[in-house]
Amino acid sequence: MLLSEMKQGQSGNIIHVGGSNILRRRILEMGLIKGTKVYVEKYAPLKDPLELIFKGYHMSLRVEEAAQITVDNVKQDLR
Amino acid sequence: MNHKSITIALAGNPNSGKTTIFNCITGTRQKVGNWPGVTVEKKEGTVSKYGYNLKIIDLPGTYSLTPFSVEEIIARNYVLEECPDVVIVIIDASNLERSLYLATQLREIDCKVIFALNMADVARARGLKIDADKLSELLDLPVVFTVGNKNKDIDILLQKAIELAESKSEIPQKRKVKYSKDIENSIAKLQSFIEKKIAVKFPYNTRWMVIKLLEDDRILKEHIVQKTGNNSQDIIQEAQALRKKLVDRFDEEPEIVMTDERYGFIAGIIKEVLTTSTKNRIDISRNIDLVLTHRFIGFPIFIFFIWAMFQLTFSLGAYPMEWIGIGVDGISALLESFLSESLLKDLVINGIIAGVGSVIIFLPNILILFFCIALFEDTGYMSRAAFLMDKIMHLIGLHGKSFIPMLMGFGCNVPAIMTTRTLESKKDRILTILITPFMSCSAKLPVYIILTGTFFSAKAGTVIFAIYLFGVIAAVVSGRLFRSTLLRGADAPFVMELPPYRAPMLKSVLIHMWDRGKMFLKKMGGVILIGSVVIWFLSAFPRNIQYSVDYAAEIVGVNVLYETKIKVDAKVDDRSCMQSIEEERDTAIRKIKLAQDAEKMEKSFMGHIGKKLAPLFAPLGIDWRGGVALLTGFVAKEIVVSTMGILYAVEEEESDAFQKAIISSGMTPLSALSMMLFVLLYLPCFATIAAIKRETGSLKWMFFSIAYTTSLAWVVAFSVYQGGRLIGLN
Repeated sequence: MLLSEMKQGQSGNIIHVGGSNILRRRILEMGLIKGTKVYVEKYAPLKDPLELIFKGYHMSLRVEEAAQITVDNVKQDLR
Repeated sequence: MNHKSITIALAGNPNSGKTTIFNCITGTRQKVGNWPGVTVEKKEGTVSKYGYNLKIIDLPGTYSLTPFSVEEIIARNYVLEECPDVVIVIIDASNLERSLYLATQLREIDCKVIFALNMADVARARGLKIDADKLSELLDLPVVFTVGNKNKDIDILLQKAIELAESKSEIPQKRKVKYSKDIENSIAKLQSFIEKKIAVKFPYNTRWMVIKLLEDDRILKEHIVQKTGNNSQDIIQEAQALRKKLVDRFDEEPEIVMTDERYGFIAGIIKEVLTTSTKNRIDISRNIDLVLTHRFIGFPIFIFFIWAMFQLTFSLGAYPMEWIGIGVDGISALLESFLSESLLKDLVINGIIAGVGSVIIFLPNILILFFCIALFEDTGYMSRAAFLMDKIMHLIGLHGKSFIPMLMGFGCNVPAIMTTRTLESKKDRILTILITPFMSCSAKLPVYIILTGTFFSAKAGTVIFAIYLFGVIAAVVSGRLFRSTLLRGADAPFVMELPPYRAPMLKSVLIHMWDRGKMFLKKMGGVILIGSVVIWFLSAFPRNIQYSVDYAAEIVGVNVLYETKIKVDAKVDDRSCMQSIEEERDTAIRKIKLAQDAEKMEKSFMGHIGKKLAPLFAPLGIDWRGGVALLTGFVAKEIVVSTMGILYAVEEEESDAFQKAIISSGMTPLSALSMMLFVLLYLPCFATIAAIKRETGSLKWMFFSIAYTTSLAWVVAFSVYQGGRLIGLN
C-alpha cells in the first residue's frame, strides 16, 4: 500500500522509499527509513500535504511524495 | 589582557533551540553579518569567560551535511575549513534519534565535538529518560544536559567546551559509525588508493573524504579536482568504479545504503541510552495543532492571525508614531528659531529633518511587524502556515516554504529575499525572489496611509487591505506565468518538520526585532539621508528663479486691501467680524505663498526632471510631482513620502497640511488609487535590487525584475485610471 493511500489515524511500516534521488535521500535523512513505524496525524485542510508522526516528531510531506513510499501492516491506531 | 582565544561553533537541527543558546551565551554582544559570498545570516559573538576569549559562531540549522541546500554547505565548509576548536552539537533531547543523524555526520569529519542535550525538561516531561553517561561513553565525547534559557547549564556547557578545546588528547578515531562489510571494504580500498596517489595533504580526514566520494559528493569532487589536478581523474574514476560495485551489490546507491546504516548505528545507541516511560499524557502541542490546522477553522484562524498582525502593527503603532512626529516637529521648530536664515538652515530643516523625519516615524510599525513575525517563527506557527499554504503555493509552482519569505516581504523585501535561501531548488528560489517584491513592504505603507487617509478616510483600512491583496494576486499570477515559461520544472520536495509549539522567549523575539530595527535605522542613516539631501538639492536649486508673477508685491497688495477693509469694518466694532476678516486675509496670503512655492518647485531641477517624465505618468493620473516622488522611491520606498512632503506640503505647520496640499494639487481618489497601485508594483528599492542581484547571482535576473515590475505597474495603473474614467469615476 502507498503512504498516500493511508487515512488519518492509521499507522504502518515503511517498506520502500522511491522517487528521485534528492527526494529519497531527504526523506531517508529525516529518519523515514525502512522499517520505521509511521502514523498519519492528519491531512492539511486542502487535503495536501499530510502530517506524519514517526521517531517522536512531526513531519509534513506532499501527497505526491507520499505516493513514492510503500508501507505495509497498515492499521487503525490510537495515539 | 591577552586572553587565549577559542572558537566554538554551534551546530544543530532547525528548532533545536540553537539560537536560544546562542543568545544566552552572547546576549547583546552579537554581530549579525553574512557568510562570505552568500547572504545566509552569519551570527557570531565574542565573550570573555573563565580567562578565555570565546568566539561563538552560530552555524545555520540543518538536518544533515549533505550538500543539498546552501545552509548545509555553509555549515559543512565552516567545520571543514575553518576548523573551530570545538563544535557544540545542540541536540533536541526530545528528538534524540533524528538529532543524532547530524551529530554522527559531524563526528565523521574529525573535529572536537561536544553534545548539548537541549530542552532536557521537555524530554523529561515527555517521559523520555536519556542516559547521558552511557551516550558519552558510546560515542566517546562529553555530553551536557541543557535547558536553553537556564544560565547555569550554559556555564557548564561552556566550561566543558573549553576543557575539550584545551585537552591535548587525540580526537578519538573509534566509536564512529561502522558500515556493513562491503562498504567498509570499499572505504578501505579507496583510502589506501588515495593515500598512495595524493601528495597534497587535504585538510580533512581521509576516511570522511572517502565516504563522501562513495556518496558521489559533488562539492568534494570539485575540491579534489581543484587541489590535485591530474591525479584527480584517477581518484574519481576509482571511486566511481567502487561505487558501481556497491550499486550492483545492494541494488541501491551507496549514499542511500549509508544513510540507512547510519540510522541503524543510531538505533543501536538509542536502544542503550533512551528509556521511554509509557505514561499517557496530554500532548498540548498536538491539541493546539488540532485547532490551528483544523479542516474548517484552520484557514480562518490563519487569516485572522495575519489580519491581527496588521492591525497591531498599524493601530498600536499609531501612538508612538504620533510621539515621534511631535518630537520631529519640535526639533524642526527649535532649529527654526535658533538658526539664522541661510542655505544651511534650509538644508537642515527642509532637507534632512523633513526627509529623515518623515521616514523615522515608521520605525514603530516596523518594530511591531517584525515582533509579530519573530513570534510566528519562534512559536512554530510559521511552519504551520507553510503546511496550510503549501497546496496553494504549489499551484503557483512554489513550495509552502516560499510562503515564509513572501510573508516576510510584507515587512521588508531585503530580509525576505534573504530567507529564500531556505529553499533547496534554485528555480524555486529565483521564482520566489521575482515575486516577493509584490508583497507590499512596510516602506510602501506610508504612501498608502497618506493617500488613503486623504481620499478614502472612512474606508482607509479596507482600501489598504485591498492593495495588499492585489499585490498577492499579482504575485500569484506572475508566479504561474514564470513557472510555465521561464522557470519550468518540478519544484522541491516538501519535506518539512512541524516542530512542537513552544512558548516564545521574549529575549530572542526582542533580539530578532531589534536586528530588523537596526537594519531600518542603518538605512535611515545612509541611503535615506543621502536621498533626502539629493532631493532637497534638486528641489532647492537653482536659487535665482525668475517668477512669472511678483509674489512679494501681491502680498503687499493683499495686506493693503485688507487694512482698508478692517478700517472700514472696525466702525461696526464687532470682534468676530474682525477675526473673520483677518482669517480671510491670512488665507489669501497663504494661497499666494503656496503659488509661489509651487512655481519655485516647478522651476527647480526637480521640476524639470518631473516635467520631462510627465508624459509617462500623465496617462496614470499622476502629475509631475507624483512622478518625481515615485522616481526618488528607487532609493528607498520611504522616500516617496518625504519627497511628496517636500514637493506638496512645503513648510506648513498644520498637521493635515499634507492632505490639504495633495487635494489642492488636483489629485483625485482615482488617481490616488492608480498611484498606490503603481507604488505597490513598480521597481523595488535599491537595497532590494542589490539583494536580488546577490541571491540570483545574475545581473540578468536583476534587470528582468526591474523591467517586469515596472512595466506591470504601468500597465495596471494605466488600466485602473483609464478604466475608472471610462466608467465615470474620478
